Amino acid sequence: MAKFRKKKGSGQAAINTASLPDIVFMLLFFFMVSTTMKEVSMKVRIQAPEATELAKLEKKSLVTYIYVGVPTRQYQGLYGTEPRVQLNDQFATVGDIQSYIAQERDAMKENDRPKMTTSIKADFDCPMGIITDIKQALRKAQALKINYSARQKVEY
Amino acid sequence: MGKREVQEVNAGSMADIAFLLLIFFLVTTTMDTDSGLARLLPPPVEQEPEDTPPIKDRNVFTVLLNSKNQLLVKGKPMKVEELKDATKEFILNPTRDEKMPEFKEIEVDYFGVVEVSKGVISLQNDNGTQYQAYLMVQNELQRAYTEVRNELSRRKWSKAYADLEKDQQKAIRSIYPQRISEAEPKNIGK
Repeated sequence: MAKFRKKKGSGQAAINTASLPDIVFMLLFFFMVSTTMKEVSMKVRIQAPEATELAKLEKKSLVTYIYVGVPTRQYQGLYGTEPRVQLNDQFATVGDIQSYIAQERDAMKENDRPKMTTSIKADFDCPMGIITDIKQALRKAQALKINYSARQKVEY
Repeated sequence: MGKREVQEVNAGSMADIAFLLLIFFLVTTTMDTDSGLARLLPPPVEQEPEDTPPIKDRNVFTVLLNSKNQLLVKGKPMKVEELKDATKEFILNPTRDEKMPEFKEIEVDYFGVVEVSKGVISLQNDNGTQYQAYLMVQNELQRAYTEVRNELSRRKWSKAYADLEKDQQKAIRSIYPQRISEAEPKNIGK
């Protein structure tokens, strides 16, 4: 009898935290997998236009981005205040788009190439002149699937 | 006493390390899913074919957008808010108006022989048009098509167009094909 009584003693038992690392690790792996580290540094200022009929871009690996906008302040001395094209991390001209698309397409897997989408991320205040030039360049480069990047319009 | 026990690794700080990593990834993660208006560009043509058959005036829905972001639809000024309904009327032509597009009969899966409009939307913008205004027009045209397709899909299957099977969507798409042609821009109205 005395043996059993021994077990009961100090009041509260501590919560077992042995599984805490497991839970945290699970969360950690989730975020590690879902993170995309590739982030281009924006050299142009882009405020996305608004629209309502949005389609989601499915696979990021199939998407090529073209950024269009006015250069940010630190580049304005060099590149002026007219809207410019940015491909990857540097400024470019519309003439560079064709080779850029070809290069991006070559980097893709063979059977992914027809599904290639080009996302035009342009500032809402851009004149259409530059956009049209880009569209013509994309047509020549046979990159016909495009997506005008836009934000969801809140109220209509 | 003489027996040496294997020392256990202290795993107490494991949680701390994992937390640290977790917070790092939480902060660096960008979950943004990109979205936008999907469009298909026409393939490049070497030269304009010279003997294209002329499209009848009633079958063309001309939308002009000038550098001041003003709309001219079929020769009449219009607000962007009205564009969707005008486009829907053009696609459907419910009264079979003489001035509205013609129809031809084709055979479509699930529907049998149906009348399909011969209408084409022609969109032309200026080099000085604001991108937002252009996108808004594209958006309205898209919205008109989405609504028309949704209405048909609800009537036929009482489901939204987006929830249909692939071939059902295809059937609806062939009844209401999206024909938006974009002309080369001009420098007008500077």
